[in-house]
Amino acid sequence: MAASSHVSHDHGHDEGHGSLKSYIVGFGLSVLLTLASFGTVMSGVVPHHLMLPGIVVFAVAQLLVQLVFFLHMGTSPGKQGNLAIMLFTLLILAIVVVGSLWVLHNMNVNMMHPALPQVPTE
Amino acid sequence: MFGKLTLSAIPFDQPIIMGTLLVVMLGGASVFGYVTWQRKWAYLWSEWFTTVDHKKIGVMYIIMALVMLLRGFADAIMMRTQQAMASADAAGYLPPHHYDQIFTAHGDIMIFFMAMPFITGLMNLVVPLQIGARDVAYPFLNSLSFWLTAGGVVLIMASLFIGDFAATGWLAYPPLSELKFSPGVGVDYYIWSLQLSGLGTTLSGINFIVTILKMRAPGMTLMKMPVFTWTALVTNILIVAAFPVLTVALALLGADRYLGMHFFTNDAGGNAMMYVNLIWIWGHPEVYILILPCFGAYSEIIATFSGKPLFGYKSMVYATAAIGVLSFLVWLHHFFTMGSGASVNAFFGIMTMIISVPTGVKLFNWLFTMFRGRVRFTVPVLWTIGFMVTFVIGGVTGVLMAVPGADFVLHNSLFLIAHFHNTIIGGVVFGCLAAMNYWFPKAFGFKLAERWGKASFWCWLVGFYVAFMPLYILGLKGMTRRMNHYANPDWQPYLIVALIGAVIILFGIFFTVLQLYVSVRDRVTLRDPSGDPWGGRTLEWSTSSPAPFYNFAVLPQVRELDQFWTDKQDGVAYMRPNRYEDIHMPRNTGVGVFMGLFGVVLGFALVWHIWWMAALGLAGMVGSFLVRVYDRDTDYWVPAAEVERIERARLMRMQKVGMVGVATPANDEQQAA
Repeated sequence: MAASSHVSHDHGHDEGHGSLKSYIVGFGLSVLLTLASFGTVMSGVVPHHLMLPGIVVFAVAQLLVQLVFFLHMGTSPGKQGNLAIMLFTLLILAIVVVGSLWVLHNMNVNMMHPALPQVPTE
Repeated sequence: MFGKLTLSAIPFDQPIIMGTLLVVMLGGASVFGYVTWQRKWAYLWSEWFTTVDHKKIGVMYIIMALVMLLRGFADAIMMRTQQAMASADAAGYLPPHHYDQIFTAHGDIMIFFMAMPFITGLMNLVVPLQIGARDVAYPFLNSLSFWLTAGGVVLIMASLFIGDFAATGWLAYPPLSELKFSPGVGVDYYIWSLQLSGLGTTLSGINFIVTILKMRAPGMTLMKMPVFTWTALVTNILIVAAFPVLTVALALLGADRYLGMHFFTNDAGGNAMMYVNLIWIWGHPEVYILILPCFGAYSEIIATFSGKPLFGYKSMVYATAAIGVLSFLVWLHHFFTMGSGASVNAFFGIMTMIISVPTGVKLFNWLFTMFRGRVRFTVPVLWTIGFMVTFVIGGVTGVLMAVPGADFVLHNSLFLIAHFHNTIIGGVVFGCLAAMNYWFPKAFGFKLAERWGKASFWCWLVGFYVAFMPLYILGLKGMTRRMNHYANPDWQPYLIVALIGAVIILFGIFFTVLQLYVSVRDRVTLRDPSGDPWGGRTLEWSTSSPAPFYNFAVLPQVRELDQFWTDKQDGVAYMRPNRYEDIHMPRNTGVGVFMGLFGVVLGFALVWHIWWMAALGLAGMVGSFLVRVYDRDTDYWVPAAEVERIERARLMRMQKVGMVGVATPANDEQQAA
């Protein structure tokens, strides 16, 4: 866009972006984690009751890798903005999801009684 | 071929609607004829419709908002007249089905197509100038946002004459809004006009966040940003966080109506309460989306006209940010009575009381800004003071209703109606009109006539109290909202008083229109040659009025808050740089217009189930966008000589009125620029 050439005056160049190295590291890690997840289920080495916890752990690790290496979250000065926006987004999502569940559950408990059996009249 | 659309969709048997249609057609024909006669179509197309200049887009938003204010107010005064008449044996003049559409349309138009375009227009006009930028981050996206919103306006206006509008109340609660109970096209018009304009709003929210975060003048850290820009930033964050929730809620309702799904139906596992929950998760932040930029405008106005820096700038910023987060934690207070338990209601009641604290902080900031200042009682200041008094009353009644027990008595009564009009008229409408009076010279180069502005203010202020104080009393007496007819004759006197109030407001609106007319007529005497008509503090006043299309010949350097004020004190405000440079600017494009147009085709076709036309509309939107994507010629350079010519002409004008003694070539500081 036209105006973008005026943008980068006050910031150092591209601090919020990755380098080739960080992209390769990130790519390698996510491939490894993907293989590990499939391996957990398919290799037959992992006992059955650990499979679910195992892939959950790898999934969370995968999420963190993607956030750090591809969405450039971090605490360095150039990345703090990304991190703050991510945290705010998570906060709003948590409020909306947890809040809705709480509110709707509470209303269900209070309002959605099963129909009362007919009280026999004399 | 035409889906559900037949000639019988046009309500020929309704004299009120046909009369309106006649007036609209005559008005439209005369405007069309006038523009053709004046041969202005080419000018309008190339200078306005296709523009990507944020200032012109802002002006178009505000014109649209003013037009929709007239439409929304027409609805309001019809309702007031009906209620003043329809007591006991009298039925009034509006049939119930028509009346129901009117109160629905009034709410939707005033919020989505009056207040939202007005604040978006103000942000467009002011924010890039305040942060020392030459345009927004995505100029084409800005144009697209406007035309999508305009598409929503066209759809909602079409519903008046072709088919009908929703008769459900402004948020279209299911199960009433489901196909079973609203089989007509009214709710479909509602869904698609809101989806179209909501898309525009979300896109403009993204645009402004990026603009404010990335395009501030060198040296302008976040805590040196003008307060209006701060409020705009928080508002746009709220837009981006909240509007998708509205989009999803309406999409699910649409899925119920079009695809036979059961998200919010009574049967087959649907839960109408989820819709109410979702719509208010959007709806409460929306309230603050509207009011925060107005708070920002009041802050700028009161600081400027008190001749003092804003009292407690930091607390203002923190209060704004706190409101931004808290506004996501209060939504349930709109449905305390829906059946939540004590713990839920208590939590949201307390949060609602807490959110009034930062608002109170702001009020004291404004008061202390005025304290020992030399307050000039111009039109914007009158609106601001009127706001401070009126908004406090609205805030207090709001906190009153935040008590769930009290809310059980007052829910959906006219007390609630009076409360939110108290905050929206006293806060948002007053704020928009204050801001319009304040920033008008920056857009057009001449001031608005004081006299009619003051007349407008007093009519609005008095009219507001006369119209809405009786509604508080009626609410306490037990009158509910949205009544087409009532049996209790005791209520009628209050409603007649309320009608008188609405008529006084009508005069207020008339005087605003008259003010615009008189100001355009007397524009030579009202001319603002300096660019700084009020003794402003922020960067938008450092450039000429009207601002040149590139805003700033040289990007300003910012070292502190109110940099322009400091520069004026130091006598370096109007320094001429040693040399000018080429300026990079975006080119105009008509793609936004076409996408908006195809959006209307898509929406209209979906309303009437004309599937081939819907496909055409969607293909048109996507196709226009693809044309834009492959367009490489989207920008150009303004040669330095051209910039110098424009700037020189401005300095000449300023010297002529004795504004500038120093137009010397720059000193060292300026070379840093």
